[in-house]
Parts: sequence; structure tokens; C-alpha cells
Amino acid sequence: MSTTVSEHLVTRASLRAGRDVGASHFDRLEPLLARISKPIQYVGGEVNSVVKDWEDATVRWALMYPDAYEVGAPNQGVQILYEILNGREDVLAERTYAVWPDLEDLMREHGVPQFTVDGHRAVGDFDVLGLSFATELGYTNMLNALDLAGVPVHAADRLGDEPLVIAGGHAAFNPEPIADFLDAAVLGDGEEAVLLITGIINQWKREGRPGGREELLLRLARTGSIYVPRFYDVQYLPDGRIQRVAPNRSDVPWRVSKHTLMDLDEWSYPKAPLVPLAETVHERMSVEIFRGCTRGCRFCQAGMITRPVRERSITGVAEIVEGGLKATGFEEVGLLSLSSADHSEIADIARNLADRYEDSQTSLSLPSTRVDAFNVDLANELSRNGRRSGLTFAPEGGSERMRRVINKQVTEEDLIRTVTTAYAAGWRHVKLYFMCGLPTETDDDVLQIASMAKEVIKAGREASGRRDIKCTVSIGGFVPKPHTPFQWASQLDHESTDARLAKLKDAIRSDREYGKAIGLRYHDGKPGIVEGLLSRGDRRIARVIEQAWRAGARFDGWSEHFSFDRWMECAQSALSDDEVDVDWFTTRERDRTEVLPWEHLDSGLDIDWLWDDWQDALEEIAVDDCRWTPCFDCGVCDQMDTHIQVGPTGVTELPMPGIGVPSCATPLATTTQSVTRQDASKTNGG
Amino acid sequence: MGNRRPPDRDIAPVAQRVRIRYARRGRLRFSSHRDFQRALERGIRRAGLPIAFSAGFSPHPKISYANSAPTGAASEAEYAEIGLTAAWDPEAVRAALDSALPPGLDVVDAVEAHTSDFAQRLEASHWRIELVDVELPVAQAARDAFWAAGRIEVQRMAKSGLRTFDAREPVAQLQVEPDSQAPCVILKAVVRHVTVTVRPDDVLAALRRVADLEPPVPPRVTRLAQGPLDEATCTVGDPFALDRRG
Repeated sequence: MSTTVSEHLVTRASLRAGRDVGASHFDRLEPLLARISKPIQYVGGEVNSVVKDWEDATVRWALMYPDAYEVGAPNQGVQILYEILNGREDVLAERTYAVWPDLEDLMREHGVPQFTVDGHRAVGDFDVLGLSFATELGYTNMLNALDLAGVPVHAADRLGDEPLVIAGGHAAFNPEPIADFLDAAVLGDGEEAVLLITGIINQWKREGRPGGREELLLRLARTGSIYVPRFYDVQYLPDGRIQRVAPNRSDVPWRVSKHTLMDLDEWSYPKAPLVPLAETVHERMSVEIFRGCTRGCRFCQAGMITRPVRERSITGVAEIVEGGLKATGFEEVGLLSLSSADHSEIADIARNLADRYEDSQTSLSLPSTRVDAFNVDLANELSRNGRRSGLTFAPEGGSERMRRVINKQVTEEDLIRTVTTAYAAGWRHVKLYFMCGLPTETDDDVLQIASMAKEVIKAGREASGRRDIKCTVSIGGFVPKPHTPFQWASQLDHESTDARLAKLKDAIRSDREYGKAIGLRYHDGKPGIVEGLLSRGDRRIARVIEQAWRAGARFDGWSEHFSFDRWMECAQSALSDDEVDVDWFTTRERDRTEVLPWEHLDSGLDIDWLWDDWQDALEEIAVDDCRWTPCFDCGVCDQMDTHIQVGPTGVTELPMPGIGVPSCATPLATTTQSVTRQDASKTNGG
Repeated sequence: MGNRRPPDRDIAPVAQRVRIRYARRGRLRFSSHRDFQRALERGIRRAGLPIAFSAGFSPHPKISYANSAPTGAASEAEYAEIGLTAAWDPEAVRAALDSALPPGLDVVDAVEAHTSDFAQRLEASHWRIELVDVELPVAQAARDAFWAAGRIEVQRMAKSGLRTFDAREPVAQLQVEPDSQAPCVILKAVVRHVTVTVRPDDVLAALRRVADLEPPVPPRVTRLAQGPLDEATCTVGDPFALDRRG
């Protein structure tokens, strides 16, 4: 693999090799493709991909998911933004992904720039490079892409018409570690945000680009919902903590707030998702059945930053599925959300879709994580056509006490009852997901995972009368995340994580009765420390990221490319003049008075509520879900002027679509009734 | 899965088998056989063809493939056979599939199958190999050395490990032609399909072996035809001929 970054100056102009801005570089890339593995991922041409004329667009976006094509191409967020932007006549959007080291080496050797897979245009030619960070482990891939594009990696060095580098995605809720590399960051839902940015760029261009790049960024910052790091300064205390983060000019707001899309039914995307030719991690027609989650699991950043819950209606879901299957030919439908079985109409959705597509060999999948018997019924519905994958449940914590700390309200009896139902219904394999390294956790909490797994097998054998049943225990290392009640917590060091997992492994393996029926999957604790450093880091971490990238870090989410030692060496050298080190950012517990690096970024959550919830966690007090109990003042709805949108809509049956299924169920009377959402307070859509 | 039985389901029988010839062109020559399989299955669903499925726990669409060209090689003559539960006009099948597949995966011909043993009719392939920056006399000399040799052993990594085989005998014809876009010469090879398929790469390896022919640029390869071999004229015929008569 490539380990060094070329030292000679590569610019957008030199990479352009005399061709026009926006021209295709495919003829230069093509000879390289014969020499690398899996070239299909770089050629584009997927069904439903779009290539527009460069000159017809006034605002041009390059969208990047900073990982390999096989991971990035199915990403729902990027696909939605790609469709929304290309749906505008004067806007053009193309996609770019991280290139593997074999191609990177050849691109550097032959002067081929980072390119889009749609038009094979140079990324440096676009107005915007929008990156979606689902995880912090994509940061080095961003730097590599910028460098391959001939775009200066430091935002301060981008003085001309280089693309605006804008980050979004969950990791953008603390963009401070990459603030030096970004022109802007967007928090929250992207659908309206990309159009807002597009409109501002369009206007600024039409006016003849007054004030240059600085003025454009200022216009973005003044919206109050686009974070432009260069307009904010961070001051530090002598001990290394942050003193304050403040605007360095009077005309930008002190705090920047997240975007919240209200009424998902008005944003029926994706309509025509891409059908990759290359094999990718998810090959299915995915539809988000609701956004947000108020279960209140304290470790879960996604659940905290995407509030409130906004459901798509049963008819809205069905419409997207129907259109998407026609447009793609996919053989699987995925009903996505943070906890899909919580949709108020999930039973009707599953039954109707199963009815609709039973004859066309289309399967349904539902990442169901809640542990209750209802989910087994649902799973049976989804596996009607005979295909049964494993059932996955996520108790997350091994002991009852641990689950109270993390607010995952499920008892061992619930779990046993559920898996008993599943085994009795014919399932043979259940997967259980847990975390290790949670706040206040002891060895005993983790060892209880072993006893729970044994109980599961025991109950399963009794329920099914068979001995060939299996249970797989998967363990993820807990990484505290910004904007969660655990944002103040100490992360468990990797040595302790590994020692705890070793004890768990022994406890399972040494059991002669059940050991062989239980599979254990886990990773060592080292990658979690790097993720923790990048998650809760501040602007000083930029130096670490840059050094690690220059030393060869790429694809940090891939164990075969990740090097813990390289990251630690780079951290030590990059932070040598500071009061802080890796432990300070990761294993150190913060107190209430400390200014957190992301405090000027508003996720809607009230910091006092987060702190109180953290204290409740330490006292093992659980909190209910505000969908079914009164509001507990997390702050989001008040702060953002939003509200929960849940059904049921009253529609329980869907009309059969007119394709492929000539004789289906009797038409039902309810099919033509108009849909009235129960949330009568529905506003105009934010 | 023990006591679980495949769900009771009416599996519609195959009413018609349609054979298609498709091309893999331009940038989509980089698609692998598996990539094409997924693309075709989804194309069939988008086109709304009444595809037949196998029975059992995991029903699979009834499609069989013959002899696909290696990833990276373009082709004008790839073949597949699909089972339908209702009879369609083969031309309608061709047109529907062609418009459902992305440009570059082009369905160019279709016939209703009236015969069996289709795969065995694919006796030979006709390949076109573009050698850029290779002089005509150099290529001609290499061709002559190849032709004069009785046997040329080459090696290729297969799933089972490194295999050594003869790349000379299966080659029924090898011609060198100048290209209009000099400096470039065109090799045309007619290769019999034998147990270890000799691919264009193997022919190039053999040319390297006997004549040190080393093209500076990776050659562009296209399969022009597959079908029955007329040994007298060394021409590759139309494998659909018998079905068309059907």
C-alpha cells in the first residue's frame, strides 16, 4: 500500500493537463483500470446514475462518502442528496469515493486527479465537495481525496475558486477535529440544507462573486445553521481545557443549530436509487420508515441528535417501496430506522408489503433491535417466503444494572421469553449484540453476558426440543460520543477492554454444556481509542489526523489498513507541545463546568438535561420514552420548534399495485380514504 | 432447519426458454461475470419479464450462463438462457432487457430455444486484441514464431493454484493486421474451447514466451464471436442458427 504522500506540489491546474474545467478524465484513468483490482467500482454507469452537461448547471456538487465504493455507494444519505440536487435543473451532483491504495499509487504516478464516478470529472473543478461522515474513521480518506484532487488540505490555504469543503453526517456534530480542513459543516438533516447552500452559492455567483470566498462563507455562516469554523476562535486554559469558543467577528451567530426536516412524507426519497454494478455491502431498496428515536439509550448518539421522532406514513412508505422496486429491480426491501419495530404502523406495513410482494420473490428485512415477542411475529411475517436469516437482538448491557445505566429497558425475562418464542417458531440461530466498556461497568457486568447467553441456549433447547440451536454474541467497544449523556464519561482504556473480553471468552469457552453453542465475535479495544480521540477531540486533533494521513493512514475503518501504533506515534509527536494527550481526550472523565469542544453547536438537546441524565445513569435510574409518556424536557422540540410526528394514520390496508400480480387479495374499502395524520398539530414542514 | 419445509408455493413452470446474446462494451467491460449476473437479474425485474424461479427455500431465477469473457475484456458475443413462465416474442424480450440494462451491457439478439446442448455449440471464440505502440513487423514476427511452435506452455493462477498448460494447440488461427490508427496492430485469434480455456492473456503470454513481445500498454481485448467452428475456414458461426430454424 501507499505510505507516503508526494512532496512535490500537485495543483488542480497541473492535474487538469490542459483540458477544460469539468472535462472527463476517463481516457487517462482507463489504462490504469486494467492494472488494479475491482476496476468496476470506478467506472460509474450504474442504473439511475446521472451525468449532466457541465455548462447547463450553475451550482455543481461533488458528493463524497469517504470510504470505498462498496461501502459508500449504498449510503442512503448520499443517494438522497444526489437525487434532490440532480432534481434541480441548474444543479449538478456527482459522486466520488475513496480510492484503494493500488489505484491511488497509479493516480499519483500518472497525475490523474480524484474523480467522480459519474462523469469522471476532477473533484477540484466542482463548486462544493460535500462529505458525509457516518464515522470519524473517514477523516484520513477526506485528506487523501483533497490531496489527490490538488486541493489544499487546509481550508486557510484555499483562497480562490477551489471547492467549498463541507462536512455533514453524524460525525459533523463535532467537526472540531477536522475544522482546519473544512470550509463549513452542516448539522442534521441534509435535504433542505443542501438546497439552502445551493441557493446561496447561486445568488453569490449571479452577483459576480462579490467579496470572493470570504463573503460566500460569511453568507453561509449568517444563516445560523451552517457552521464555518474559520469565523470562530478557540481559547484554551493553561491546563489544556477549553476556555471558550467564540465568533471572531460580530456578524455571525454564537451558536449554530441543526437542521430538522419535518414531514418525511413530503420528501419521498429515494425515488430511483442507484443500482451498483459492483458488489456492495447493502443491495436492497432501502426506505427510512422514521427518523429520530426517543428510546433514550444513553450511549446512542444517533438517537440523541436526530430527535424528534418523525414517522413516514404507511402510504408514504408503500409509495417509495413501489417506485423504488420498479426503478431498481432490487429483490430485497429494507425498512430502515433506528428502531424499526417502534413505528406505530409497523405491523400493517410489514403485512401489507409481504402481501404485495410475496409472489415476486421480494424479501423484506427490518433491522429489528428491540427485545420483545412482537418482533418475533414481525420476523415471521417478513420471512414468509421461506428465507430466514438470524434474528438479532441488542440488549447492549450484560447485567440488569448495566441496562439501567444505559437506559436500555429490557429485562432478562423479556429476552428469554422472546428468544424462546423465536426458537419455538423454528428459528435456530439468534444473534445478541452487547457493548463493552460502558460507564461504571465492572468485570462482573460483562461476565453476565456469558450467563445470559447460556440461559438463551438452555431456554432454546427446551423450547425447540433440539440441541442444534446457536447463539452468536457480538461485542462492540463503547466509545463516548458528543451530544449524549455519556459525553462526559471516561472511555475504558484498551488494555482493560481486552482483559475484560478475555475473561468473557474464557467464561463461555470453559462451559462444557453450552460453550460450543455460543459464538463470540469482538474486536480488540485499540481502534475504539482512535475513534474516541476523533469523536471527542478539539481543533488540536487536526494535527494528529494530518500527521497520521501523511504517514500513510487511510481506510481506518478497515482492520487490514488500520495501524494503532501509527496513530499513537503521530498523536505523541503532534501533541508534544500541548498539555494534552490521547488519554486526556479519551479515558479522562469531564466535569460539568468544562467547556466541551462542541458546545457552540446546537443539537437541540439541553445541556442541563444531558447532565441530569448522566447523573441518573450513575444512579441507575431509567427514563421513559416521550412517545408514550409525558415530555421529559430534553429540549429538542422547544429549542428547534419541532414536535413528534407519529401515527397511526388509520390506514391499515394498501391497494395492490398494478404490476406482476394479476390476482391478489380482495380490494379493500379503506384504500381510497384520505390520510389524516394523528399529529393534528402538524406544521408547515419546518 | 430440521422440521422446516419450504413454504407451499405454486412454482409456475417454465413455459419458454429464450437465449440471448449480449455485449459488454466500453467501460462496462470492467464488470465481472458476477456483476453481470446481478445486473441481469435486476434488469429482468425492471423489465417485468415473467421469469421462472426454482423451487426450495431460496428460489433462484432460472437463468443459465455460458462461458463468460474475463473481466476487463469487452465482448460482442456473450450468451445466457432465461426461463419464462409465459411465452414472449424473443424480440420483445431482447428490447425490454436491453432498455432495462445500463448502456454498455447491450442485449443484441434473442431466439426462442428449440434445441438442447447450447453450451456445447460454443466451440470456439474469435478474439480481437489491440496492441498499441507495437510495430507491424514485430507483431508479424511474433505471430510467425507462435505459429511455428508445436507447443507453448504458459502459466496462469487458477482457484486451485498455478496451472501450466499449452496455449498453442487450441489456437486455430492467428492473424496480424495493421490498424488505421497507427501505431497499433490488431491480432485476431480463433481459439477452440478446450478443458483449460485459453484466454487472450494466455495467447499474449505465449507471444511473450516465444518472441519477447511485450506491449507497452495493456492491450484492449474484445470477443467478436462465439459459436461452432468451421475447421476448414477457421470461422466461428452463429450458435443461434439451429434455433432460428426451429
